Amino acid sequence: MSSVAARTARDLTRITTGRSRDRTPGSLIFLGGLWFSLFFGVMVLIVLIVTTAIDGAPRFDGALFTAYDSTLAPERTGFRAGILGSIWLMFTTAVLAVPLGIAAALYLEEFADNGRWYNRFIEVNLQNLAAVPSVVYGLLAVAVMALMGFERKGIVLGGAIALAMLILPVIIITTREAVRAVPTEIRHGSLALGATVLQTTWRQTLPSAVPGIATGTILGLSRAIGEAAPLLLIGLAGAVRFDPAGIFSPVTALPIQIYSMTSQSQEAYQQAASAAIIVLLVMILSLNALAIFIRNKFQRSW
Amino acid sequence: MSTSPATISASGSTTDRVGSLADVHEAAERVLPDLPTDPVMEALDLNVYYGDFHAVHNVNLAFGRNEITALIGPSGCGKSTVLRCLNRMNDLVAGARVEGEVSYHGQNIYARGVDPIAVRTQVGMVFQKPNPFPKSIYDNVAYGPRVTGMKVENMDDLVEEALRGAALWDEVKDKLKQSAYGLSGGQQQRLCIARTIATKPDVILMDEPCSALDPIATSRVEDLMISLREDYTIIVVTHNMQQAARVSDRTAFFTARPDETTGNRTGLLVEYNLTSNIFSNPNDKRTEDYISGRFG
Repeated sequence: MSSVAARTARDLTRITTGRSRDRTPGSLIFLGGLWFSLFFGVMVLIVLIVTTAIDGAPRFDGALFTAYDSTLAPERTGFRAGILGSIWLMFTTAVLAVPLGIAAALYLEEFADNGRWYNRFIEVNLQNLAAVPSVVYGLLAVAVMALMGFERKGIVLGGAIALAMLILPVIIITTREAVRAVPTEIRHGSLALGATVLQTTWRQTLPSAVPGIATGTILGLSRAIGEAAPLLLIGLAGAVRFDPAGIFSPVTALPIQIYSMTSQSQEAYQQAASAAIIVLLVMILSLNALAIFIRNKFQRSW
Repeated sequence: MSTSPATISASGSTTDRVGSLADVHEAAERVLPDLPTDPVMEALDLNVYYGDFHAVHNVNLAFGRNEITALIGPSGCGKSTVLRCLNRMNDLVAGARVEGEVSYHGQNIYARGVDPIAVRTQVGMVFQKPNPFPKSIYDNVAYGPRVTGMKVENMDDLVEEALRGAALWDEVKDKLKQSAYGLSGGQQQRLCIARTIATKPDVILMDEPCSALDPIATSRVEDLMISLREDYTIIVVTHNMQQAARVSDRTAFFTARPDETTGNRTGLLVEYNLTSNIFSNPNDKRTEDYISGRFG
């Protein structure tokens, strides 16, 4: 007995020294692989942004923002129509998609009986909608515009319908998560005071979920602002030389202009497109930054 | 509560303990009839099911006006389920089904055509975890009267009255516009009580109202319960037998009986009596075992 005890004690006191087993060749190779993958992703992005910025450097001037697309003076061409068009599209998209998305999410979270087949059917469809390629939404928007009797579909409303359908699933999913994060105790507290489900949703759940909803909406919009494919399908033209004047006004968008310019052979157009890409990236990053700011500022711990 | 029988008999204190609980009760004791005359609420052959699961079996209880009734018993004995039937909060649980009757002044609140929202304005509820709304203290109290469309002449007066009623006014009168989340746990729970009495209910249900509170906050809430008894009928679920003994006029002891085939535990009422009787002279062996700490 005593020898067993003694040996155990001695083993316990002797901690192996030398090279850590976390530093064996196998571990190091694996770690190296992880680092490589990380660097690969980040480096590709950095190289892309830097080369684009260098290509577009000669064109970071006022004309880039104030001039229209010009075929006579390619070195003075600008994206005024595209930038304004993208802003118009964003606002119209938000007006269409945000109320619909929030209402749909509130129904699913607060009112729907999940035992009903049609509610489950809607759920499954929503999840699939989020995975539908954006081109398909362009086709859908063309159909919707045709049904509404629009001859010319490349207008603000047409583009906004396509983009709204594109980001609707994103808004619904993020709103549902924000609503679900509001504790059940709050709802029960309200209901126990004699409030209706509608009052509880309107006065308690929704206000508490607003920061989450805003974050999700902005992220959805920042995805929509970079989309070209659905807008091409609905027929937004690259060469628009006037400011959009309303939701029925023909319009172009920044990604469309970039797309049409990169297919031109002149060096000046390539430079202008590179500069416009940086402008687009800045717009998207500012939207994302705003979303992060809202999330951090209004984050509530229950 | 897991003291072994051996320990208790070794110290020879089984009866002492029961006796001491009865002593504690002295402070709150009043002379009451054996059964409530003119009960405010009654459960009649109440059975509750969650899907196929039979949660509560044949409960018959009468809750007396301006009395505090405590529902005690081990975990899973259905006491909270019974409580939630009294203001139809069980309606919010998917698959919950109630058989039998819950009467409020003789009217079955589970009858066809009864609006659960109307029931909840008469039968308020305070929850286990303080759950103030993420609003100001003032708006928390004013919320109930606002949503129920109560005729209020002066909301400021009503808020003050409710906060005084919940013994919270002096602590918060200078910060009514501040968030309720800045209050301590005990203050939050008293705010939830103030919020409930602002809607002027008849009955207040409390679901383990002190289980998330420290002893000092607990004793303040218990004092509050005794003072609220003047105006309200209070039904409280508690895990704390000393609390039941300290504050309640009557005590209902529940236990859980496992089903022979499925093993599901169905809650049933074992004994309902004046609190002094339950703690000094229980009729049922199971009650005596529970209150003397032999099980549960």
